[in-house]
Amino acid sequence: MNAIYVIWLREMKKYVRNRSRLVGNLAMPFFFLTFLGMGFNSMGITGLPEGISYLDFLAPGIVAMSLLFSSMFAGVSILWDRQFGFLKEIMVAPVSRTSIVIGRIFAGMTSGVIQAFLILAICMLLGVRIANPLGAVASIIFIVLIAMSFVGLGISLASKIEDMHGFQLIMNFLVMPTFLLSGALFPLDKLPAWLAGITYFDPLTYGVDGLRGLIIGTSHLPVVLDFCILGCFCAAMILLARHLFNKTEV
Amino acid sequence: MIEVRDLSKVFNGRIKAVDGIDVEVRSGEIFGLLGPNGAGKTTTIRMLATMTKPTSGQAMVCGIDVAKDPDSVRRCIGIVFQDPALDDQLTGGENLDFHARMYGMPRKEREERINEVLRLVELSDRADELVEKYSGGMKRRLEIARGLMHRPKVLFLDEPTLGLDAQTRRIIWDHIMKLNSAYNITVILTTHYMEEADFLCKRVAIIDHGKILAIDTPENMKRSLGGDLITLKVKDAAKTASIVRSIKGVKQVKRHDNSVSIAMANAGSRIPELLKKAESAGIEVESIDLHKPTLEDVFIHFTGKRIRDQEANAGDRLRERMRARNRR
Repeated sequence: MNAIYVIWLREMKKYVRNRSRLVGNLAMPFFFLTFLGMGFNSMGITGLPEGISYLDFLAPGIVAMSLLFSSMFAGVSILWDRQFGFLKEIMVAPVSRTSIVIGRIFAGMTSGVIQAFLILAICMLLGVRIANPLGAVASIIFIVLIAMSFVGLGISLASKIEDMHGFQLIMNFLVMPTFLLSGALFPLDKLPAWLAGITYFDPLTYGVDGLRGLIIGTSHLPVVLDFCILGCFCAAMILLARHLFNKTEV
Repeated sequence: MIEVRDLSKVFNGRIKAVDGIDVEVRSGEIFGLLGPNGAGKTTTIRMLATMTKPTSGQAMVCGIDVAKDPDSVRRCIGIVFQDPALDDQLTGGENLDFHARMYGMPRKEREERINEVLRLVELSDRADELVEKYSGGMKRRLEIARGLMHRPKVLFLDEPTLGLDAQTRRIIWDHIMKLNSAYNITVILTTHYMEEADFLCKRVAIIDHGKILAIDTPENMKRSLGGDLITLKVKDAAKTASIVRSIKGVKQVKRHDNSVSIAMANAGSRIPELLKKAESAGIEVESIDLHKPTLEDVFIHFTGKRIRDQEANAGDRLRERMRARNRR
C-alpha cells in the first residue's frame, strides 16, 4: 500500500511541476474543439442524432482523445525512467512490482480525471449542451476506465520495448488508429460495414460511446454495455501490465 | 558479511560473464573488484544486489541467500549504480525522501536521516534544488547518500568515480572512507582505476574474463612481485629475458613484445650491472624505467596485459553482452 502511494506521489509532484505538459495536454483538445468543432459545426453536418450539433457530438470524443493520449504517455513514460536510470532505483527497492504498476496506474488516472474535467469545463464555455449534469458527473466512471486501460497498455508496451525508438512507432501505429476509429470525430453507424466492423475491436469506441451517452444523452450502444466491455478491457490491461512489468529486468 | 561460492552467470547460454568465482568479504571491510570493463564486475554486483539471478552457485549477503530471499537482502544493502539513477525533475531532498518511503521509514526517522546523510556528503544547502542543476560530483554524492538512507549493512558502489575529474574523485574517496569508519559499513566497490583500488580498498580481487585471478591486500599483492620493478625497452625481448634470468637476485622476469620487466630487491643499485651484462651480450637498451610496484604491475603480472589496453576490446565485449541481454 505504502509503495503505491509513494509512486503516485512522485508522479503527482512531477505532474503539478510540469506546467508545459499540463498546458500542452489541454491545448490540443482545445484546438480540436474550437477549430475542428466550430468548422464542421458551421457546415451543418447531416447524419447526427436528432437535436445534436457537431460541437456537442465532438465534445465527449475529445475528452476521450485527451485521455487516450495522456494515459498512453503516462504508461510509456516508464521508458524515460529506464533511459535516465531511475527505474533501477525503483526496482531494487523492497516493494512488489505489482504495487509499482498500481501506483503508476493511479497516478495516470488522477491526472486523467483532472484533465478530463478541465476539458469538460472548456466545452461548456464553448457552448456544448450538457444533457444532464448528473450524467456528466457520472461520466467519471468512463473517464477512470479509459485512463486506467491505456496507462496499463502503455506500461505493458514499455515493458516490452527497450528504447525510445519504439515510442514513435506506438504513437503512429497504435494511438492514432485507436483515436480515429473510436467514433470520436464521426458517427460510426453510417460507415461502410467492413470499417464499422473494425471499430468494434477498438476499445476506445466503447469509452467514447459511454461518455457520449452520459454527457450529451445519446449513444450508439446501451451505456451499460459500453461499461461492461470497457471494464473487461481495463481489467485485462491492468493484469497484462502487471504480468509484463513483473518480467522486465533493468 | 558476504560469501560467494562458485558463482556463475551465463547470458544466452553461451556468454560467460561470471565464471565460477569464490569470494568472502568481512564485516566493515572496503573490498574492491578490480578489472577492465567487461570483466564481470558489474554482473557480479548485480547478482549480489539481487538484480539478476545467478545461473549457478551460491551467494550469501548478510547471511541471506540472494536467490532465496531477495527482499530481505535488499533491505540489508545499499547500492550506487554505475550509471546515474536519480530523478532530476525532483530535488535532492525529494530523491532521498522517495527512497526512504520506498523502504518504509516512518516520517520522523525519515526526516532525521535525510538531514544526516545530506550533512555527511555536504549537500545540506542544496537539498531543495532540482537535481538537474547538480554537477556530476554532486549527483554522485547524492546517490551515495541515498544508498545509506535505510542504514544498510553493506554498500555496493559500482564504478563510483567513473567519468569524474581527479579532484572530484578525491572528494568521493574521502566520503567513502568517512562513511566506512563512521558507520562501520561494509563497502564493495568495482573499479578499473588502479589508484582507486589502492587508495580505498583493504582487500582487492583482480577479476578478468569472469574469473578471479587473485585476492589479497594491495600491499601483499605488490610485495608478491618480489621487490622493485625495472622495465627495459629492447628490440630482442626473448634474448634479453634469458640473459636477465641468470643474474643473481632477480625474482621474476616477464617478457612482453618489446620490453622485459624484472622484479628484484634494491633494483636501483643493480642497474649498472644489468646494463653491463646487456651490453656484453650485444643487446641495445633503448630505455630503462625503475619504479616501486603498483597495482597496475600486479594486474600485468596476472593477466599479461595493461588494464587500459583491454578497454577497447572489453568495451566491444560489453556492448555485445548488452545486446545479447536485450534480445531476450
